[in-house]
Amino acid sequence: MQKYDALIVGGGHNGLVTACYLQRAGLNVLVVEKNGWVGGAATSRELTPGFLYSNCSYVCSLFRPEIMRDLELPRHGLQVISYEGGAVFTRDGDYLASYRDHDSHRREFARYSKRDAEAYERYARDVTRQCRFIQPLLMRTAPDPFGFRPRDISELLYLAKKFGEFSPHEMAETLRFWTMSISDFLDEYFETDVIKAYLALSGIIGTALGPMSPGTAYVLLHHYMGEVDGSVGAWGYARGGMGAVTQALSRSFLASGGTIRTDAEVAKVLTRGGRATGVVLANGDELRAGLVVSNADVKRTFLKLVDEEALPGDFVHRVKHFKTRGSSGKVNIALDSLPEFPALGENSTCMRGDMHFTDSVERMERAYDDWKAGRWSADPFLDMMIPTLLDPTMTSPGKHFMSCFVQYCPPKVEGRDWTDADRDAFAETVIGQISDYSPGFRDRIVHMEVRTPREIEAEVGLTEGNIFQGELTFDQLLFNRPVPGYAQYRSPIHGLYMCGSSTHPGGGVMGAPGRNAAAEILRDLKRSSGEMSKAHDVV
Amino acid sequence: MTSFDAIVIGAGHNGLAAATRLAKGGRKVLVLEAANAPGGATRGREFAPGFRSAGLAHLVNRLDADVARDIGLDLAGGALLPTTVLDGSGKAVTLHGAYGESIDGVSADEAAAFAALRKKLVFQAGILKRFLRRPPPQIGAISLGDLSTLAGAGLGLLRKGRGEGRDFLRMLLMNVADVADEYLADDRLKGLLAFDATLGIHLGPRSPTSLLGLYYRLTGEAAGKTGGQVVPAGGMASIAPAFVRAAEKAGVTIRCSAPVGRILADRGRASGVVMRDGTEITAPVVVSAIHPQTTFLHLVDPAESGTGFVRSVKNVRSHGNVAKLDLALDRVPDFAGPEARNGRIVLVCSMEQVETAFNPAKYGEFSPDPVMEITLPSLADPSLAPSGGCTLSALVQYAPYRLKAGWEAGKPAFLKIVLDTLERHAPGISRSIVAADLMTPVDIEAEYNLPGGHWHHGELQADQLLVNRPTGAASGYATPIEGLYLASAGAHPGGGISGLPGWNAARHILSGGKP
Amino acid sequence: MNALTTSAAGLRRAARNHIRTPRLETPFHERLAALSEVNDWYSWAGYKAPHSLFDGELEYFAIRSTAALFDISPMVKYRITGPDAERYLNRLTLRDVRKLAVGRVQYTAWCDDHGHVLDDGTLFRLGEADFRLCCQERHLPWLLDSAFGFSVDIREETEEIAGLALQGPTSYAVLRDAGFAGVEALKPFAVVSFQHEGGEVTISRTGFTGDLGYELFVPRAKALSLWDRLWSAGELHAIRAIGYGALNQARIEAGFIVANTDFVTAEGALRADRERMPDEIGLDWLVDPDKPNFNGRKAILDARRNQTLKYILVGLEIEGNIPAEHAIVYHRKKHEAGIVTAGIWSPTTKRNIAIASLERPYGSKFTEDLWVEIYAMRELQYQKLMKRAKIVPRPFVKLARRTATPPGLK
Repeated sequence: MQKYDALIVGGGHNGLVTACYLQRAGLNVLVVEKNGWVGGAATSRELTPGFLYSNCSYVCSLFRPEIMRDLELPRHGLQVISYEGGAVFTRDGDYLASYRDHDSHRREFARYSKRDAEAYERYARDVTRQCRFIQPLLMRTAPDPFGFRPRDISELLYLAKKFGEFSPHEMAETLRFWTMSISDFLDEYFETDVIKAYLALSGIIGTALGPMSPGTAYVLLHHYMGEVDGSVGAWGYARGGMGAVTQALSRSFLASGGTIRTDAEVAKVLTRGGRATGVVLANGDELRAGLVVSNADVKRTFLKLVDEEALPGDFVHRVKHFKTRGSSGKVNIALDSLPEFPALGENSTCMRGDMHFTDSVERMERAYDDWKAGRWSADPFLDMMIPTLLDPTMTSPGKHFMSCFVQYCPPKVEGRDWTDADRDAFAETVIGQISDYSPGFRDRIVHMEVRTPREIEAEVGLTEGNIFQGELTFDQLLFNRPVPGYAQYRSPIHGLYMCGSSTHPGGGVMGAPGRNAAAEILRDLKRSSGEMSKAHDVV
Repeated sequence: MTSFDAIVIGAGHNGLAAATRLAKGGRKVLVLEAANAPGGATRGREFAPGFRSAGLAHLVNRLDADVARDIGLDLAGGALLPTTVLDGSGKAVTLHGAYGESIDGVSADEAAAFAALRKKLVFQAGILKRFLRRPPPQIGAISLGDLSTLAGAGLGLLRKGRGEGRDFLRMLLMNVADVADEYLADDRLKGLLAFDATLGIHLGPRSPTSLLGLYYRLTGEAAGKTGGQVVPAGGMASIAPAFVRAAEKAGVTIRCSAPVGRILADRGRASGVVMRDGTEITAPVVVSAIHPQTTFLHLVDPAESGTGFVRSVKNVRSHGNVAKLDLALDRVPDFAGPEARNGRIVLVCSMEQVETAFNPAKYGEFSPDPVMEITLPSLADPSLAPSGGCTLSALVQYAPYRLKAGWEAGKPAFLKIVLDTLERHAPGISRSIVAADLMTPVDIEAEYNLPGGHWHHGELQADQLLVNRPTGAASGYATPIEGLYLASAGAHPGGGISGLPGWNAARHILSGGKP
Repeated sequence: MNALTTSAAGLRRAARNHIRTPRLETPFHERLAALSEVNDWYSWAGYKAPHSLFDGELEYFAIRSTAALFDISPMVKYRITGPDAERYLNRLTLRDVRKLAVGRVQYTAWCDDHGHVLDDGTLFRLGEADFRLCCQERHLPWLLDSAFGFSVDIREETEEIAGLALQGPTSYAVLRDAGFAGVEALKPFAVVSFQHEGGEVTISRTGFTGDLGYELFVPRAKALSLWDRLWSAGELHAIRAIGYGALNQARIEAGFIVANTDFVTAEGALRADRERMPDEIGLDWLVDPDKPNFNGRKAILDARRNQTLKYILVGLEIEGNIPAEHAIVYHRKKHEAGIVTAGIWSPTTKRNIAIASLERPYGSKFTEDLWVEIYAMRELQYQKLMKRAKIVPRPFVKLARRTATPPGLK
């Protein structure tokens, strides 16, 4: 039997990132993936003939450019195309557009409020300042405040130094920012509902919180930390769908000599004497490896794949209470023609980006109230886009793929499991909302894939369908993610590591957890991570 | 005319605490109170013929021991009051001692789980408590005192090992619901924690950071016991007079019906006040023990403040969510639970009830199924009701200050809901009502000059605490205007009858600004 | 829905078409476009504005030799009126507005609470309670938030009011021949109103060139006719329309600073250490500690008292003739002392001049032995030049005709 140096459980983007770095550092790495394809939640799948779906994650911005370069992803086919615009439709038949051009953006806001249009400058400045503080932390292992090892102490000092770059006034503001709700934060700058709703959406996407929940200002930051070629906060599509990210990663991995085994679901991680020795697949095959890295979320890893007896009780307890509440669903639609949105007029750049129908923070929050009560939102928040307008390669000319990210959608319906009838009713809610703004929309639908947390968990393996592999609340960030004392990619089992979004810095197609995990593994192996770039400077 | 070293605006308990401390420190102090009697929110009032209410608060659970000693209010001997939780099933949970040192009405397992959680929270609150009795650390100018507090907190954490330290940093900003769910199973107990964490705060139990409300409660103590609650001998009505007596004994001059019209300031230096009648009183130190927003938006000429500062003061969130109900009853109501009459009653079924009650408050609507805490004040202080009669005091949540429909229309509807709720828990109470006085946050604002009707003078949420209370530039009692200090609940550490904001402010002034 | 909101929504909807013209045209665009030979436009606050119209060098000489017409319509303009307008502006800005008489103009600046400069600009007192504030950046939220507690009305009038700068030795002659009788009485920093085609034009003896010159503000509808009136009167005085390139040369000679060129405005700065106090950008003379409280007062005076000012803005005269824009300034050729924010070869003084921001004590205590390292790109190669620099007072160009009243005709 062949023994690998490292075995990666799960071929999601983070698993593949870790795999690539380890393989390049000279290890012999095997990736095992339960599905017949790799990609995890970053896939492009032809679910109906002639249409590629980005059926889970759908936009690209957070993926770290350092990783793209290190792993030569552009050479392996990754290309990101920036949005050209976006819009929030208002109930009175108007809309709030977002334009890339600075002055056009301001004039658009000024249609609603001149004051808000200018307040946006100060808002963007303040958020950017926070981004600049947080960005360098993404590609560093979070220090353990109670670790007392030289590295922890020096990293804590680094944090303090970064914080010290703020003026005293900004430090106080930063403490506020980190603990505020996005709604309260926006109230300090803006007076117009639709403008606040447009800006608040980044505070809730993927999160089991409403815009009025404290901590959502930070979530907003999490979505702003991305960039498209140096344009911070910009979003774009991966050409060929989100699968392009993981396809490029797997090509890069294979090119450097790695091995991928698909249709290979891991049933158990094998341990002996507190050490991981390999895995057993669902079909009974045993695979041996010097170390095992789990791309699965922390709950799936430690509550399903590892014997509880092999773990300390308090660790298992914390993992059980790690919050992975799913809050979102996805409706992927194949269209035989481009839908019309009469409010926008013809050929509007607004369609070449993200579109939304939630024009007030209150509507967004009420949608969350439904989720808290265990129902999908009757008036959901949609992050809707038609990537084929910018990337016609995903289907044939004239036809379109539409991606609708839907919030809120609970992991269970009023405490019970989802049924197919629930799923269909959920889809109807979404289609109904779109149809209100796009006459004849239903008639254009060729095929539709509806994904509630149930489907997301079943296919991708994300517990409760949580797209971030764990909520982004303070108790689950930095040195708390996923478990205090185990926030440095290592687990209580020697040789078993974590590299998924359950670890710092968290979810989104970012790749940073995978990269940081690889760095820690190589450190343990006392191997050089020579091919790993340092985080880009924030100057 | 006598001249004063310091003028304190507002004779609430914090104003009086500050004045007393300043006077004991050798300053000649004048307290100016707009109302016709001192006491602020602890001021009693007759709400129906023969029936009196002792003010907004109906319990003492965080009066600082030093402050108490200073004003000569002896709570040490007071018996700790129990809490009875009623969910309408008739099966009460009773918490005895200081926040449930022992507990009745739940299974043994549940009682043990509660004890474990209580122990952890009391320990963690103990770490936070170190920061309450001194000005918040001034960012950019961290002093030795700040460092020693921080170091003390760090060592305090480590005393119990890394695990507890890590747990503290994990839990600090959590919501109360997840914590309660992790430890407890009984809906009534969880409901109680949810209620106590959110009372007076615009958060639901599932809102991140809502655990802070519970920590805040557990940083308080009564009769030397963390988390304890008492009614002083003589009832709540004895509190205001005690503060007044202490102030007067220390030589403080208190003038009532003396509304301040303006705080005198020129080029960043305060020099006294102008009364609403035009009289000028000068003093080198002006201590504002009223709401920071009243202070800076109404009393100080905006030209004397920076635009950014005014902006931040305006941004202080300070809209109350709690209504106060005073009932005049012709007999003692009949609530379930052996200890119901002797202490605090909390009407709550579950955390979900609190969360659901919170939802409408976000949109300017009151809770159709509110949660509340109740005491029967006249049982401890018979002077509050005619003989045979009884008073009931309730704090009812959520009743948002900005009611979309307006409180004029909303109040009768809300009162009916509240009374119906009481009737469910104490059958027959409706027929015994002589008079009902519901004060919405709007009424509280008018009665006590409390902008927004918020008894904490500003939301007690993570982003409005410590260095951001009430706002960054005025968080250390000193303000951008030299000689003008803040000393109300709007200053660190916040509201409740602790006396600490006033006390800390006075100590800060006496120390010459050195923390 | 009542009629008012219907029409507000209607107006809002009509405004959607802004996206069809992402660059606005100023009221003078028609004339500028006709005169533009080189089609060299840039975006000034969202408006199409000429870098140059026919020849930057010749345009510069129009400023110094004859009369130059420069479109300043994109300048942000606020109208501030109401009983508290004076008190409001006195709290907002650094100088004492009580000393600004009706019919006078103040160059001024304003700061945030931390004493960091938000912008500089000119304040026109058009009436007892009627002011116009002109500046580079937009400040509506700041101005509105500053109005809390003041009885004052603030209105942005950038789009309604067109502006022209007429600068140069024959500028007065142009105005005289255009029929603005009495304009000769205007002293520097005075402003007066004239009738023009049934509308009102304000003419002030102000400008950004350090030369004799005027600025004219007129309602949008009368803009073109005002242009034509000046243009036809100016033909005999060799009037020329100019672009920003020429103006920039003149303003550097005059030693004026430009927001977000020579300093970063406090609301725009992404990096906290880029914010500047008035004393750090040569505006210390604007600060009036004796007037009533104003934004930033305490911070500025504290910084002075505690000597925590970190930067200083200086004028430099540099050896040789290679412009030193964005060059690093050194002390003793080795210690980095600061950066040149703007630098040109000055045609009028025949000197290589620059404005530089230095980190104290360079420029304050150490004023000698300063050097500038110029990277002159010449045919794809940097020629590195280490040139001696001398601190000199600003303005670099001081012209008697700028202040002579009555003004000369040539």
